[in-house]
Amino acid sequence: MTRLLGGIGAQVLAVLAAVGRVAIFAAVTLRHLVTPPFYGREFLGALLNIGWLSLPVVGLTAVFTGGALALQIYAGGSRFDAEAVVPQIVAIGMVRELGPVLVGLMIAARVTSSIAAEIATMKVTEQIDALVTLSTHPMKYLTVPRVLAGLVTVPLLVGVGDIIGIFGGYQVAVRSLGFNPATYLQNTVDFLEPLDVLSSLVKGAAFGVIATLMGCYSGMNSGRGAQGVGAATKSSVEAASVLILAANFLLTGVFFSA
Amino acid sequence: MIRYEDVHKSFGPNRVLRGLTLDVPRGESMVIIGGSGTGKSVALKCVLGLVEPDAGTILVDGRPAAEGDREAFLARFGMLFQGGALFDSLPVWQNVAFRLMRGALKRPRADAREIAIEKLRRVGLTPEVADRFPAELSGGMQKRVGLARAIAADPAIIFFDEPTTGLDPIMAGVINDLIREIVVEMGATAVTITHDMTSVRAIADRVAMLHGGIIRWTGPVAEMDTSGDPYLDQFIHGRAEGPIAAVR
Ligand SMILES: Nc1ncnc2c1ncn2[C@@H]1O[C@H](COP(=O)(O)OP(=O)(O)OP(=O)(O)O)[C@@H](O)[C@H]1O
Ligand SMILES: [Mg+2]
Repeated sequence: MTRLLGGIGAQVLAVLAAVGRVAIFAAVTLRHLVTPPFYGREFLGALLNIGWLSLPVVGLTAVFTGGALALQIYAGGSRFDAEAVVPQIVAIGMVRELGPVLVGLMIAARVTSSIAAEIATMKVTEQIDALVTLSTHPMKYLTVPRVLAGLVTVPLLVGVGDIIGIFGGYQVAVRSLGFNPATYLQNTVDFLEPLDVLSSLVKGAAFGVIATLMGCYSGMNSGRGAQGVGAATKSSVEAASVLILAANFLLTGVFFSA
Repeated sequence: MIRYEDVHKSFGPNRVLRGLTLDVPRGESMVIIGGSGTGKSVALKCVLGLVEPDAGTILVDGRPAAEGDREAFLARFGMLFQGGALFDSLPVWQNVAFRLMRGALKRPRADAREIAIEKLRRVGLTPEVADRFPAELSGGMQKRVGLARAIAADPAIIFFDEPTTGLDPIMAGVINDLIREIVVEMGATAVTITHDMTSVRAIADRVAMLHGGIIRWTGPVAEMDTSGDPYLDQFIHGRAEGPIAAVR
């Protein structure tokens, strides 16, 4: 019994220690963000990688989700003669929850993993050491551009995802569920409130920071060898995904609990 | 110029440096030899702050290496890593010119590229290599790109970790001459790690042998053959029998 409790205690301590290390890492990143130099070329590269090149996967995720959502709401709503709420529920479901969460998780899969693997490989092959000897701080050169790009682009991706998701629902509703196109759009626009959109974008920004920061953190703290790179990649995606879902819960509480 | 005073470093139970004391005089070429895994690379990394010693001090120009403005400190150094450590996301010339494209030594892109190509030529690489990526080069070519990067900003102190490993004998000769030239003509201080005794004789003013975490022997290269130290003798003649165990 004591051994069991001891084991649980050790686990809890390990998690708390990891949280502390991530928090310190975030603080250090922030410090390097506000002190020169700033590596613009790396930032542009990160914008392209994290933002632009993620568009296809975000678009596909959103359109299928929006479509499925419309079908489900129609089927569920018909049980109590509430089929007409499809446009409203698709809009609110996409914008408030599914858009940010699914885009966040796709970014964790696509971007966090690649950042972690890249930086971990650089660490294992002494490229990080080489950066230091060339008077370039790895946090400034590698972490800051990526985290900043995550902060800027993921809200935009979420916005795009929201729109495409609503569009997916619209297509399904209009083409196979017999909704009137103009009324559908009118209902969507009338029902959404600025706060819904704001919460969506704020979530996107938070998830963008989480996804990129966890990739950088795991990469920088990777173990040695190919195994170290693999472990860093895996744990970065795990951590980013869980943190994104937890942050989503918290932010939903902040925006909509009142 | 560089002075190790009783430097200790362990990795867990693995005691690597156990009281390293060594003087590298300004403008000289010091070669460190010693068995694989004795801590030669670690000793260099300690100076640059890439590895933090557990105890002891390292002085550069009489000042502790760990203190003061890191960037200004590191700007005086060039380092060739044992594994090359080239940035595989950048083409070769941007690797070489890395320091010349950002920070205090920043200059126009065209100038940086020109210098990079000149440095590549000095390590025996043609300008065509400049726009390729490190992964497209052979091991020996990567090593030479690393060398070009180390000398690109004409540093006052240069560390070469096994500069000729993996090179053909002719190219090794070219690199040995280059290192000698950098010390003699540019007045740089060089510390080279090598296992190649031909290189030792070609490059060194002084030789230091690391064994068991301390400097086992150090002295002018001319006295290396007559040191009478059984460890050094075994090492330079490559004998399997002697005080140094073959399995470690
Ligand atoms: N970052 C590290 N973490 C753990 N152990 C390390 C680390 N760096 C070096 N070591 C250990 O320190 C010892 C010395 O390593 P080092 O790379 O300095 O050897 P070396 O003398 O350069 O050998 P070689 O001639 O083979 O390059 C080795 O036992 C190595 O395993
Ligand atoms: Mg070594």
